[in-house]
Amino acid sequence: MTDQSTTAEKPGPAGRARRTRLSPRKRQRVSRAVQYAVLVAVAVFLVLRIDWNSLAQNFAKPEIAAEAWPEVITVALKNTIIYSVGGFVFAFLFGLLLALMRMSSVLPYRWLAIAYIEVFRGLPALLIFLLILFLPQALPGFQVPGDTYGQGILGLTVVGSAYMAETLRAGLQAVPKGQMEAARSLGMSHTRATVSIVIPQAVRIVIPPTTNQFVSLLKDSSLVLFLGVTSEYVELTKFGNDLASTHANATPILVVGITYLLVTIPLGYLANRLERRQGRGRR
Amino acid sequence: MTEPTTQAAAPVAHAVEIRDLHKRFGRLEVLRGIDFAVDPGQVVCVIGPSGSGKSTLLRCVNLLEQPTSGKVVLEGVELTDPDVDIDAARRRVGMVFQQFNLFPHMTVLQNVMIAQRRVLRRGAAEAERIAREHLAKVGVLEKAAFYPAQLSGGQQQRVAIARALAMNPALMLFDEPTSALDPELVGDVLTVMRKLAEEGMTMLVVTHEMAFARDVADRVVFMDGGVIVEDGPPDQVIGSPRYERTRSFLRRVLDPTHTDV
Repeated sequence: MTDQSTTAEKPGPAGRARRTRLSPRKRQRVSRAVQYAVLVAVAVFLVLRIDWNSLAQNFAKPEIAAEAWPEVITVALKNTIIYSVGGFVFAFLFGLLLALMRMSSVLPYRWLAIAYIEVFRGLPALLIFLLILFLPQALPGFQVPGDTYGQGILGLTVVGSAYMAETLRAGLQAVPKGQMEAARSLGMSHTRATVSIVIPQAVRIVIPPTTNQFVSLLKDSSLVLFLGVTSEYVELTKFGNDLASTHANATPILVVGITYLLVTIPLGYLANRLERRQGRGRR
Repeated sequence: MTEPTTQAAAPVAHAVEIRDLHKRFGRLEVLRGIDFAVDPGQVVCVIGPSGSGKSTLLRCVNLLEQPTSGKVVLEGVELTDPDVDIDAARRRVGMVFQQFNLFPHMTVLQNVMIAQRRVLRRGAAEAERIAREHLAKVGVLEKAAFYPAQLSGGQQQRVAIARALAMNPALMLFDEPTSALDPELVGDVLTVMRKLAEEGMTMLVVTHEMAFARDVADRVVFMDGGVIVEDGPPDQVIGSPRYERTRSFLRRVLDPTHTDV
């Protein structure tokens, strides 16, 4: 009886005082039942409320989806891959340069690298693409080589290299100091040791995070849409958007979305696997 | 006429000579005036409590640490002279680390070949022949195609020794080569080092293996607090030390249960 009155404020003697409350296990069971109930309620509500017919008419019309074929792959996906692989390669190389500058013993190099990284990580990617549009006006006579491809790749390089620099720097710093010392003790110059010993290990360390960065560049390649693209340079998002406006129907956007996922999801798994392999791998 | 010139060349150069060496890390003076030399073919073991500056001394010999002041002279070349090509000088000095520091992204064979190829510019066939020769000598030839992570610590350390030897060094530095090993693997590495000593390699060894120092070393140097306390034949420094500091260190090392610190 005294037990009962005290339970509210403080736990009584172990095991006995819980008569008024549920045991933790029972509480868990109740909570799970409530969660299922909510789920079922929402599902029932959606099934009843949504006009499935009009939804299908607008988002999954087979005739329109068929019309996207095969250009969605042969043109749009191809161009998306050109933009993102191109952007990735240059972002990697430029990012590596920035990372090395960031770790340089020459102070102005460090400043430059830090300034670049901070500025371009802090700006929306779209803003950079809009700026690229004005490049020819800002620098008369200047033309980005490779037309729209060049502009798109430039945009992705500018965005990607700032992130890549930080990832690569982390990778370079994760290589144990003893590696450089061992290389130097064998008579290698600092440059030789960096190239032959440190960078290969750093690259291995950063493969999983850079795979994720590739995925995000692939998604950012949709911003090429804003460069005013002619049909041969069209990538997935613009392709879907254009087709959707012609038909006043969202099906092409769904088709394009699935196409993105066909690439991004396997890449995500790949990054995951590489990461796990590295976890148990060498050293 | 020819006599004076031969006369001048006559004094045998030390393999390495260290004069009034100081090393300071910020406010901490780790080496406080070290003088000593190692002659060609000598094996010198450096012993002393942790923090005594032994490893720093060793790392100053091939300038992995830049000495604050003093001179390091290797085969008559003053390494501390800023005009000296330090990379060229380091080729003459092999170093074996406590943590092995093998290159994990390369096979054992590649580990032993890379510096031969990139530094000595040996051809692939020659580098591989020499690598296999040294791997056989340290008893890990059958692991040539493996990656370091697939080897035991003792095997890794022997690969590290082969990697250094493949450069034909005039001097080998060992920085506590057995301290990171499981006790049952220490013997293999010490055997390789003993063989090396018998072949006449000049060796400077920082170690806690007193039995090795007593049996193999020509000289034992006891360091404490950044200075050399005693320097002499092992029988004297380990057998009948002159200073109380040496005696109390040896008591602690030889009988770990005896903790009088």
